[in-house]
Amino acid sequence: MTPAPFATFALVGNPNCGKTALFNALTGGRQKGANYAGVTVERKEGLADLPDGRRVRLIDLPGTYSLRARSPDEAVTRDAVLGRLRDEPAPDVILCIADATNLGLVLRLALELKSTGRPVVFVLNMIDIAERQGIGIDFEALSRSLGLPVTATVATRRRGLEALLDIAAAQAGAARPEADAGWREPSSADVRDAHRQARDILRLAVRPPLRPDTLTGRLDAWLLHPVSGIAVLLGLLFLMFQAVFTWAAPAQDLIEAGFGALGAAATAILPAGWITGLVVDGLIAGVGSVLVFLPQILLLFLFILLLEDTGYMARAAFLMDRIMGGAGLHGRAFIPLLSSFACAVPGVMSTRVIDSRRDRLTTILTAPLMTCSARIPVYTLIISALIPDRTVGGFLSLQGLVMFGLYAAGIVSALVVAFLIRKVFWRGGSEPFMMQLPDYKRPEPANLARNLGTKAWAFISRAGRIILPLMVLVWALSTWPAPPPGAEGPAIAYSAAGRLGRWLEPLFAPIGFSWEMVVALIPGMAAREVAVAALGAIYAVGGEEGALAGILARQWSLASGLSFLAWYVFAPQCVATLAVVKRETGGWLWPSIMFAYMLALAYAAAFLVYQVAAALGFG
Amino acid sequence: MPQDARMAEDPTAFRLGAAHPGDRGVIVRVLAAPAGPSGALDPEELELRLLEFGFVEGARVEVLHEGFLGADPIAVKVDDMRVALRRSEAMNVILAPEAA
Repeated sequence: MTPAPFATFALVGNPNCGKTALFNALTGGRQKGANYAGVTVERKEGLADLPDGRRVRLIDLPGTYSLRARSPDEAVTRDAVLGRLRDEPAPDVILCIADATNLGLVLRLALELKSTGRPVVFVLNMIDIAERQGIGIDFEALSRSLGLPVTATVATRRRGLEALLDIAAAQAGAARPEADAGWREPSSADVRDAHRQARDILRLAVRPPLRPDTLTGRLDAWLLHPVSGIAVLLGLLFLMFQAVFTWAAPAQDLIEAGFGALGAAATAILPAGWITGLVVDGLIAGVGSVLVFLPQILLLFLFILLLEDTGYMARAAFLMDRIMGGAGLHGRAFIPLLSSFACAVPGVMSTRVIDSRRDRLTTILTAPLMTCSARIPVYTLIISALIPDRTVGGFLSLQGLVMFGLYAAGIVSALVVAFLIRKVFWRGGSEPFMMQLPDYKRPEPANLARNLGTKAWAFISRAGRIILPLMVLVWALSTWPAPPPGAEGPAIAYSAAGRLGRWLEPLFAPIGFSWEMVVALIPGMAAREVAVAALGAIYAVGGEEGALAGILARQWSLASGLSFLAWYVFAPQCVATLAVVKRETGGWLWPSIMFAYMLALAYAAAFLVYQVAAALGFG
Repeated sequence: MPQDARMAEDPTAFRLGAAHPGDRGVIVRVLAAPAGPSGALDPEELELRLLEFGFVEGARVEVLHEGFLGADPIAVKVDDMRVALRRSEAMNVILAPEAA
């Protein structure tokens, strides 16, 4: 029997108070909703059972310092707390989660929550760390002066969870005001007043630590140091890239081989004809093209979660703020841009941590310029086909150098575009950069695993839902109409995609693209790496990359190849990204702008590269 | 540096935005003024954000670190919390050396 939940509890607290860990501990695996890097950026809900068998619904709201919302995240928290969300009644009880080692700001939030008139329970989380530091908290004095029930928990050790649920359940029966009558936007005088009140409560109920945490200070002396701090940051980034591109390779090969075998098995079983094509080239190849990125995405998320859970991410934002600020980006844009090296989809989604809409839009618009891993198969193919395998300057590989140049072109152009957006479109000043530098903490493996699982599933379901149907569509476009009997050349040349490619060819002639290259771009719209398979189909060599590189080396000029690479640095060829941008910005305006500017950049860059290379005699 | 009434009264007062690692003091005033020439927020909003982060009159502040380019942003300890902010915004926080 599963009883229906009788009440809803909402978890509210400052960022970094261990709220998500507490939510995980209370709900176990029974939670819905998903999000990407940035920890709690989407409303999550779950179920918890009281000791007496009754069941409650819990919602985990984004961290905030105040109900005065500044970012989309904080607006969700405010609206949920005040019951302003359309299909979501106001919570019966608000659980105000506090980091017991750092009560300064959360007391003010608790007073603000109390002013809504809804039942509030004040939860001292991480009480074990407070005890270890010798912070003396007089629960009764705290409860009396706040006017709220107070309880303590250790989410990571599951301490105090039942008591918390019991106390909250007792509050759920209390009077429930209908509207948000009690709350209004506080003025600066109100905030000062609340601070004074909070300070009085602190003085009354809390004794300062006997053994304060010195680890954070000692670590920061190194990690925020102008020289060693930057060195550590670069080292971590290097390690992360190594992990994402080297350690993930065996797993990716395995997934690719697995889907190849699956496709072969399906071809053997199914009757010949278009059904086989649909299943093998459409469905199986479609699922495979999403899943092949999973090892990289998992490793990347693992790194980002580790950096967030330990408290380092805020330091990275601190170190990067000035560099990013020079290009008009916010220090917090560092995380989304970093994620975009694996895939722009999670990158765009993690921009929700950025307060201001302008800064967020600038970050979203530039994220796809970071070289995502879907470009790598294309880059590798063209480079191995057309760039001679020799060393320059004695030890540098020319091919590696070109690869590096493509990455650098992406980063530099992202900074330039961000700068131009700032200067041309939003001449207004910059948003303030203000963020808490939380104490360093040891990450909790169980919590880490759960958050990683949530993020991985969100990627698969969202990217899969977009890429899979598109793969089927693209397959259909490149299959029908079928070539007439006795026709020469590859079948794709007679298909709708092939015709479209030939029709578009004059448009692409100035940048040195042959009709075959243009045709490959069409399936490449679904996902960039699909262009490799498309080139294979066009030159009728199937999936053998070595053979394909040989053909390209004979048929493409160096100028055309370089132009193709330049095109790929900028071209907006990823419908999944455009769809996510539409979802995150709430309309087609911004994805259209993104598509247009990236297309223009791609054409201009390819034109420039082709014309210069041709003039130098590489045409 | 523009003088305001409070700073004229107390010659030892200084702005957090001009302080260096190791400097410490008590906040005597949080101003509602625009953050430099490039601040996007209206002054009241900036004042509120500073207040919400614990920059409030009477709080103890110590500058811990500064960035490697242009010594910006700065990392400070406000009472028991570490906060990073840019110097342009920190200009609105006026400190006085703590009475011994």
